[in-house]
Amino acid sequence: MNSQSIVDQIPALRRYARALTGDAWAADDLVQDTLERACSKWRLWAVGSNLRAWLFTLMHNLFANSVRTAKRQSPDGTVDIDDVAHEFHAADPGVDQAIDLQRCLLRLPMDQRAVLLLVSLEDMSYADVARITAVPMGTVMSRLSRARRHLQELLDEPARTAQPASATGKPTGSVTPLRRVK
Amino acid sequence: MSHRKNTMDRTAQQPLTEDEIHALVDERLTPDALAAVHKRLAHDPAAQSTIAQWQQHRDALRRLHQHILDEPVPAPLMAAGQQTAAAQQDIHQRWRWGGMAAGVMLAFGVGWFSHTAWLGAGHFPPSSSTLAYTGGAPEFARQASFAHAVYAPEIRHPVEVGATEQEHLVQWLSKRVGKPLKVPHLQTQGFELVGGRLLPGEAGARAQFMYQNTAGTRITLYLGAVDRTAIGAGAGVGADIRETGFQFRADGPVPSFYWVDQGFGYALAGPVPRETLMKLAEAVYRQL
Repeated sequence: MNSQSIVDQIPALRRYARALTGDAWAADDLVQDTLERACSKWRLWAVGSNLRAWLFTLMHNLFANSVRTAKRQSPDGTVDIDDVAHEFHAADPGVDQAIDLQRCLLRLPMDQRAVLLLVSLEDMSYADVARITAVPMGTVMSRLSRARRHLQELLDEPARTAQPASATGKPTGSVTPLRRVK
Repeated sequence: MSHRKNTMDRTAQQPLTEDEIHALVDERLTPDALAAVHKRLAHDPAAQSTIAQWQQHRDALRRLHQHILDEPVPAPLMAAGQQTAAAQQDIHQRWRWGGMAAGVMLAFGVGWFSHTAWLGAGHFPPSSSTLAYTGGAPEFARQASFAHAVYAPEIRHPVEVGATEQEHLVQWLSKRVGKPLKVPHLQTQGFELVGGRLLPGEAGARAQFMYQNTAGTRITLYLGAVDRTAIGAGAGVGADIRETGFQFRADGPVPSFYWVDQGFGYALAGPVPRETLMKLAEAVYRQL
């Protein structure tokens, strides 16, 4: 009955997890955990409601928890991008650019990265992203703004180092500040 | 009129808000809103450059792991997905079956009530009255099907004793069901033993062996003594129950084949096509 629809979600879940974690193994582990979670939590899913959004919510919560745990255990739980560089299959823009983008992505704070990916990669509506990440719409929009500014700054940095920098610098006026109207 | 034109000009020159820029980049604007935003964009070079940058990010991000969407899903994830889907189906069916189970409980309750009423009046009910709600062999198959629905979706605790402790498993379950058991091998059919567990039944303990194939599909073999009361009654029903041929049932949460051999019932249940289940049941029968 629903076997097709849940199995159909796996490729998208894998891609999102991969961009989120930057690591193929960690990503598939996260997908596996998400599916297992869904298995034990089916009662909480209202039949007919958005299965995709529900699965992404489960994944988001699992990932957020693991990031919190990792932070408690060690301040530097990030994957060294050079260890996983061989895993990137970039299409036309070339392998270097893809590695670069993933590296910059991993330097975004987790909340900003999740919002940016759900919107850009998964084409989730802003309202769905708000539900998935359990924050108000306004927060989603401001996280999206910060993520996009921040990503541009990181991509603009002339000499990037391979270190997962702790320098999560404040936006400096490289992009003209825009007015926000809510 | 001129006043209105001024207001429109001013609106047309208003810089884009950040939310509008996101909506434009993420292609969330309706055609009307898009046209209006485009007009204002002409007067807003800052927004133009931001949009160009953010559109580039968006395109790059969408290309980044695009290949994953076309890759075959790794087998363990596929198995987990199928299992999750099966669990969902079971829950769905249990809602439906819940109603019937409530009906059985009610019948039992009424039976019990009249039973005690009889006792109070100094009568003992004839043993055949108990047959009304202990359905014998078909009931056995139904219980097997429910036991499958309950335990097969379990990820962490599908069995009490795993296949690695097979010897212990067999000794333990043989002792509890009161008959030396053998665990049938179903590797030829692609199913490996996961393990087993003990379950309550009407005439004592029942055992469940669980098997799984590489696709993550699970089947269970449920066995135990069938209702002793029914057998002991010696009436038509009891005689039928001592031995039966293979019988197929598709009305439980999962289909099952069951048979009774020397007062001992066997049911093989699982979400597989009837022919597959039949072949598996034959393989089990040959080995017992």
